[in-house]
Order: sequence, then structure tokens, then C-alpha cells
Amino acid sequence: MISSADIASATGEAVTEAAVTLRSDVHAALERALSNERSDRGRRVLDQLLENARIASGDRVPLCQDTGTVWVWIELGEQECLCGDLQVAVDAAVETAYRDARLRMSVARDALLDRTNTGTNTPAFVEVTFRPGSGATVHVMLKGGGSDNSSALAMLEPSDGMAGVERFVLDTVQAKATGACPPVIVGIGIGGSFDKVAGLAKKALLESLDSTPSDPAVVSLENRLLTVINATGIGPAGLGGDTTALAVKVKTAPCHIAALPVAVNMGCSAVRTASVEVRG
Amino acid sequence: MARMSSDTKRVTLPLSSHDAASLRVGDEVLLSGPVFTARDATHARLVAELEACGELPYGLDGQVLFYAGPTPPAAGRPVGSVGPTTAKRMDSFTPALLQAGVRGMIGKGVRSPAVREACVQFGAVYFAAVGGSAALLATRVISSETVAYAELGTESLTRMELKDFPVFVAIDATGADLYASAANEWRVRSAEENS
Repeated sequence: MISSADIASATGEAVTEAAVTLRSDVHAALERALSNERSDRGRRVLDQLLENARIASGDRVPLCQDTGTVWVWIELGEQECLCGDLQVAVDAAVETAYRDARLRMSVARDALLDRTNTGTNTPAFVEVTFRPGSGATVHVMLKGGGSDNSSALAMLEPSDGMAGVERFVLDTVQAKATGACPPVIVGIGIGGSFDKVAGLAKKALLESLDSTPSDPAVVSLENRLLTVINATGIGPAGLGGDTTALAVKVKTAPCHIAALPVAVNMGCSAVRTASVEVRG
Repeated sequence: MARMSSDTKRVTLPLSSHDAASLRVGDEVLLSGPVFTARDATHARLVAELEACGELPYGLDGQVLFYAGPTPPAAGRPVGSVGPTTAKRMDSFTPALLQAGVRGMIGKGVRSPAVREACVQFGAVYFAAVGGSAALLATRVISSETVAYAELGTESLTRMELKDFPVFVAIDATGADLYASAANEWRVRSAEENS
């Protein structure tokens, strides 16, 4: 059996790792992009991003100064029974990790009423779901302001269909990708409810860029979107070129018979996620 | 930087009016000299002080603002990581600051038409640094000293001395705008190459 302390410890470990180490799949995608990019300026930007990853992991300093708010998704084995307040345990781990790893505190006390810095980078935004078996998987994302601000959500109508989804995604990329530090990873949630669809888009950013969805219709949608997004010319850093997105990742879910919710959550070129297994 | 264009320009800060006038959109530039970090909260305070006393506080006349909030010192460097934040959040404050004497800005992303016009009117330049390259950029910061608003933490007004800090000219003093033109120009060039 695992405890809240085990979850907290995994969270701290994931925060520290994600802040300084570029995901290996993202690193590989940047290298591929560098060899395919035809814009001189675009290649120089990609080169700078790869050099940045080398310095960050070598010196154990953050990949980006915006070390983000902390989003934690705990997939808990259904055989587990946790005591205590998981939010309190996770927040304590986040505060310690941010202090020890010398990350930036970036949480305002209240969005509207009190914008002073909490000084602890908490609260973390925590979600718990259940899965078969024992143990837990702790997914952590350090979400930068630029990429989260560049995201969007639409409650489309069922008749808008596939074409409506594609149009909304492309419009969002055209309007907002430059602010999300391209080349971006476009996380797309389709389905659920108003509140769930955004989380779905965020979870899409956890997917390995090298993974292929099981449904051929999703594969085809991802490929079509990646092609049109990279034809926009926005390019690395938004300064023009072939590489606007490294990948498009789609997650779908059930929804109301009247609804077609779509959310786009942008992942930046330094997307910071890590997943840690806690053995039961 | 591993890769450097053969026509990279070196510019010493504070930015002279001659350099501000001669830089052209798209130029790749290495900046050396002082800049002052200022983000959202700092901008609100600076403009309030400017309105109250009629001139730029803290010696910002003729200086370059860097839209950034660094991580704490690390790896033996004055800042752990520091890179540009999204510039458009500062747009509503910028024309007043340029009019009062700020000569340049470093940030990332698209600016408003009002900022572009203010660059023309007051001979100022907007430089784009690459977002997501903050560990590399931190190696180009040789000192960091809080000037004001220490209570804002990472948002405080901080004087940083840069050495060969890589940027692109995103808006020049003629009002030419790289973010507004780059995607279109690349699409056109790409279509020509494919035809």
C-alpha cells in the first residue's frame, strides 16, 4: 500500500526533473526539426533551443525562467486507500522542491482580488482519477504562463463536426501560437464537459511525441492538423519558418448529445512534464 | 551560440540614438551593457511614478527594458535562468514609457499598433529574444542588482549587465515589424520554392 507521503515525494521528484531536463522525445523532435527547417533564422532559433537544453541539464538550471504553476494528475490504483489531505501533502512537496531546486515562484494569491505572490508556488492544481491495480502514477506539468494564456476552449455544436474542430484549432494556432514559444506541441481535448475538456487537452501534452493513437481517425486528424499548422509559416519563436509545431496530440471522450466541446492547450518548446510510478 | 550568422551585429547598451536608428528589422544582434528587468507589476508602478513626478524614475531615461522575471541565482551565475516574457501584456504602458525616454525593449511576441507607432515617433527598438532559451540566456548575464520594488520578488526592477546577449530586431525605428511580416514572407517564399 502507498501513502500520501509517497505521492508527495514522487511529485517533488517529478517537479525537479521536469524543470531542468528537456523530455527526450521533445529533444529528438527538435533535432529532426533542425535538420528539416529551411529558414536560416528558424534554424538559429532551434539551435539555440537545443543548446539551451544542454546547458540546463548540465548546470541543473531551469530550461525556462517561467517554472510555471504546478499541475498534478494522480492516477491512483483502485486497491489503494490514502489517508490525510492529499492537497496539503502535494503543496508541501511542491514548496520544498521549488525552494531546493531554486525555481521561480509564480503563483498569485488571488487572480482578481490579491495578486501578491504566495512565495511558495502553491497551491498546486491537483486532480485524482482511478485506474486498475495498486500503486499510482503521478504526472506533473510545470505550466508556463505564456503557453497557458495561448490556449482556448470552444463549445461547438455537433453539426460543426470534424471540419469545425479543425477550423477552431487552426484559428487558435494562427491567433495565439506565437505567444506560446513555438515550435509548440498542440494538445487538443475533444469531448467531456466544459470543465473536463480543458483537462483532456492538458493530458494530451503528456503523450510521447513518438506514440501513435490507436484510432486511425485520430492519427489522421493529428497528421492533417500538423500539416496545416506547419504551413502557416509562423515558425520557430514566431519569427518565420517551417516548424510551428513539433506535434499535435488529440484526446477524445464521451460528451452530451448536444455538445462538441473542444479545447486547445499549447505546450511550449520547453514543455515540462514528468510522470513517476509509485509502486504499491 | 553554437550557430551565428555572419552578419550578426554587436551593439553596446545603453542604445545610442544612432544605433537605434540604424538597426533594421530581422537583424541578429548581440547586446552588451545594462538593461532593466520589468514585468507587469513593475510597469504599473513605473507608469504611476512617471505620472506623479513627470519623469522616468531610477535612471531609466535612455535605457532598455527587459521583460523578464528571473529564477534565483544558480550554477555560480547571478541568475539561474532568465528569458523574455510575453511583451503584449506591457503594451498599454509602453507608449508613455517610450515618450518619457525608454529607448528599447527586449521581450517576445506580437506588439500592438500603438507600440509600433511609438517606436517610430520616439526612435525606439523592440528586440525579440527566444522564449524557452533561458538557461542559455542566463550565461550572457554577468551581474544582477535589484534597483526597486524588491518586495515584488522576481518582478522587481533589476539592473542586469549583459554580455553578447542574442536577440533579433522585431520592431525597428521605422516601424517595420518582424512578427507581423515573418509568417507571410515565409509562406510566400515557401510557395515560390515549391513551384
